[in-house]
Amino acid sequence: MDAIDNEQVNLLLNDVLETHGYDFLAYSPASIKRRITRLFALDNFVSFAEFRYTVRTDKQYFKRFLEEITVNVTEMFRDPGFYKALRNEVLPNLGTYPFIRIWVAGCSTGEEAYSLAIVLKELNLLSKSLIYATDINPSVLEKAKKGMFPLNYLKGYSENYRQSGGAKDFTTYYTANYSLAKFDEGLSSKMIFSTHNLVSDHSFNEFQLIMCRNVLIYFDKDLQHKVFNLFDNSLENLGYLALGSKESLDFWPRAKEYKRVKTEKIWRKL
Amino acid sequence: MAETLKEPKCGAIVIGGSAGSLDVLLEVFPALKADLNIPIIIVVHRKGSSESLLTDLLQSRTALKVLEAEEKSLLEGGKVYIAPADYHLLVEDDHTISLDYSEKINYSRPSIDVTFQSAAEVFKGDLVCILLSGSNADGVEGLKIVNNFGGRVVIQNPNTAIMPYMPQQASIAVKPNLVLDSFEMAEFINGLRG
Repeated sequence: MDAIDNEQVNLLLNDVLETHGYDFLAYSPASIKRRITRLFALDNFVSFAEFRYTVRTDKQYFKRFLEEITVNVTEMFRDPGFYKALRNEVLPNLGTYPFIRIWVAGCSTGEEAYSLAIVLKELNLLSKSLIYATDINPSVLEKAKKGMFPLNYLKGYSENYRQSGGAKDFTTYYTANYSLAKFDEGLSSKMIFSTHNLVSDHSFNEFQLIMCRNVLIYFDKDLQHKVFNLFDNSLENLGYLALGSKESLDFWPRAKEYKRVKTEKIWRKL
Repeated sequence: MAETLKEPKCGAIVIGGSAGSLDVLLEVFPALKADLNIPIIIVVHRKGSSESLLTDLLQSRTALKVLEAEEKSLLEGGKVYIAPADYHLLVEDDHTISLDYSEKINYSRPSIDVTFQSAAEVFKGDLVCILLSGSNADGVEGLKIVNNFGGRVVIQNPNTAIMPYMPQQASIAVKPNLVLDSFEMAEFINGLRG
């Protein structure tokens, strides 16, 4: 039943690093193994050897591999309490800057970046903001750029939006286009999409807010610490770092240089 | 050495359940012995908002330490780890916990299948998995894997479960090592050797 064992996972991940330059070796082993096993079954490979060969040699397939072994499950206004804190505490503090730079790291298909843009717009801050939305995976960024999300999710998103303190009519932010909701281009005009690999790429700017939610749970502890250092290098003093609801800065050796914002997973650099 | 310890060693207990399983947990927990030296992982389906409620409910009924599972925390005997709402819980080879926000399995996150399978790969024959009342079949595929790895499969007696479907499906898919009524479960768990 154990279709792929730990040793095979290592072989595959070493291949991926050598031939494609993506380093997954410091990902949490159980999660990455589950993603690989799942893809192996989903795509009906008959043997591990065939799977390994395809991943190594077929560029087109590798795109799919990359998209499927990274988790791209996300939603708009995920954790409404978090967005409420952004709206009421974090973003108003950033409003005093002449120009606001925000990095959404691991943005996947963009739902959080668009949520953030909506809050900025409602606070009259969007015009002086720039959202850098990055992901390891070029194909999810293509989707994020389009700003089109499945219409059947919008009821839930609208409910999240309302719970997060949004008071407008959520339908004014998108137009329904068959089964998709296309979000206002005024939102995406303030976004820059780019690939960035948290494992291997460096800091590329200084920000007042970095959002990286439900990405670090897939990394082992050492890699988490390395990424915290990267964020620290990319954050201005008094800037904010926002993590997922089950992620924490607490075990990072330099956590004392940050102060937690109330009960949400948001920390401010001192 | 004398053969006094017939009970095989148990490295971890995973309890899964859905509708109707809370009653069982509330019955079992007060009767668990305080020095149970085995980690217990609990995966139950529930709404996101009641997250800490289950932890509090169980903590008020046991001397064991009940906590919401956090990523990277180490499984330790005498502690009870509750899978957080909206995350799958996986076990690493070094017995730490990983959380995963990937697709729902059987319309569920956390999914019982995910944790059963992951724990089976790590604890193999030293694992005990218990599937309780529920009205879907999450956990059944996981139990097959537990069984293949030589772990022990225990189900709640479908005849006395509030929602018999889940344990029933399990008993069709795998031959359980034990079928227990809720009032027998604490004694069974207390008899496990850590």
